[in-house]
Amino acid sequence: MRTVAVVGASLAGLSAVRALRTQGYDGRLIVVGDEVHRPYDRPPLSKEFLAGTLTAADLALETDDEDLAAEWLLGARATGLDLAAGDRAVLLGDGRRVAADGVVIATGAAARTLPGSEGLAGVHTLRTLDDAVALKAELAEGGRLVVIGGGFIGAEVASTAQALGLEATVVEAAPTPLAGPLGAEMGAVVSGLHTDHGVRLLCGTGVKGLGGERRVDAVLLEDGRTLPADIVVVGVGARPCVEWLAGSGVPLDNGVTCGADGRTGVPGVVAVGDCANWYDPRTAGHRRVEHWTGALERPAAAIAALLAGDGASAGVPRPPYFWSDQYGVRIQFAGHAAGADSVTVEAGSPGDRDVLAVYRRGDTPVAVLGMNQPRLFTRWRKQLAAA
Amino acid sequence: MMIPACRLADLPRGEAHRLDIDPPVTVFHTDDGELYAIDDTCTHQDASLADGWLEGCEVECPLHASKFDLRTGAVDSPPAKLPVRTHEVVIEDGMIHVKVSTDAPNLPPCVASRLAKGPA
Repeated sequence: MRTVAVVGASLAGLSAVRALRTQGYDGRLIVVGDEVHRPYDRPPLSKEFLAGTLTAADLALETDDEDLAAEWLLGARATGLDLAAGDRAVLLGDGRRVAADGVVIATGAAARTLPGSEGLAGVHTLRTLDDAVALKAELAEGGRLVVIGGGFIGAEVASTAQALGLEATVVEAAPTPLAGPLGAEMGAVVSGLHTDHGVRLLCGTGVKGLGGERRVDAVLLEDGRTLPADIVVVGVGARPCVEWLAGSGVPLDNGVTCGADGRTGVPGVVAVGDCANWYDPRTAGHRRVEHWTGALERPAAAIAALLAGDGASAGVPRPPYFWSDQYGVRIQFAGHAAGADSVTVEAGSPGDRDVLAVYRRGDTPVAVLGMNQPRLFTRWRKQLAAA
Repeated sequence: MMIPACRLADLPRGEAHRLDIDPPVTVFHTDDGELYAIDDTCTHQDASLADGWLEGCEVECPLHASKFDLRTGAVDSPPAKLPVRTHEVVIEDGMIHVKVSTDAPNLPPCVASRLAKGPA
């Protein structure tokens, strides 16, 4: 393999580039990124960056002395993948064509928006550095913030904004926020942090639309209520950025369908990060996991598969892991809550928002949640990985 | 500066003991029976390495999977970019002591800015 193109210049793309070099690939390496920025870390965008304790420079993922000998095509959007016989090429929006023997798909996911909110000032999503810069500037003005969506991004933004002195409300369509990732019981415990800290939480009602002419002034709820708003953050999930692969022959279904090691079934093409819908041997199904740790760790297996061709595959990856910091509480989760039939609090107490909870299927631990319990959490996570 | 940490008999293999000095330092007792002391705070973000995942001569930060070599303090795995300080461990009369390095620590940006502002 003489040329590899990595499409996507965020954590998963950078991890793939690093894995290529550490696994001995010494050929030409081209990284395509649609943002103009070199790889940066996203998790602080809703927390420390938004709060002003980290700067954009602090978010850089590359180290000063790191030389990956890659060619960076930044501000360049991939618009197609040409897999015509023997001639793989990534097509760019500006008409360029990047020929490569190997292609790593790492185009991530994009924030979902609210239909009809386009062009309305004061309405934000939070995914990129530029998004965070814009939101930070508005939060500095103060006012009433309404966060649509009680997931982790929404919760972190509400927590950060509350600490900055804004009046915040979180609207969640489901009866309990975070019930998807954490289950209803623990989702209620974690989302209880909002009300503990004086942030209003409205559940079980969808959003009908936004009020305002050029600038948002209200959020209209499906139950008829109207919430006055100066700033609105839409945190309703993300969709995989794979439109550019349509018709290419790469299998798509909620992202790029791939094996546990990122193989797509198309020789010389692997997928990593948020856009990869990979096969998880633990649950015997495909999953698209938008977790930072997966974007950090999983590319090593995908690159091993890419370099090995039809050769041997990597072992079972560690169970998915994510964290969230809200209202000064460190939340950590590993495993699969959906597969559990019981949840037990093993340490701490839900009322104090100090919890170590273990999810089990029968007697087997399948997931673990920690709130301010990093030490116990690490032990349980280790146990899950060994299972 | 030599600081008493804990009795060797009170620190089983695979365990860590944190010294609540400023900045905190942690002594690790590896599964192979070696003792190492490094700065307790991950250089990436505020997390205690004493709570981390100890494997061989490496500790993984409990938050974001940065790995540090206990022998050298070097980063073995990102996102951390800077090494942690290492400190000399001395055992006297069954007591573990740490001789704290005089080098400047590599603290994560949020901790460094908090310390720069002084006590809240």
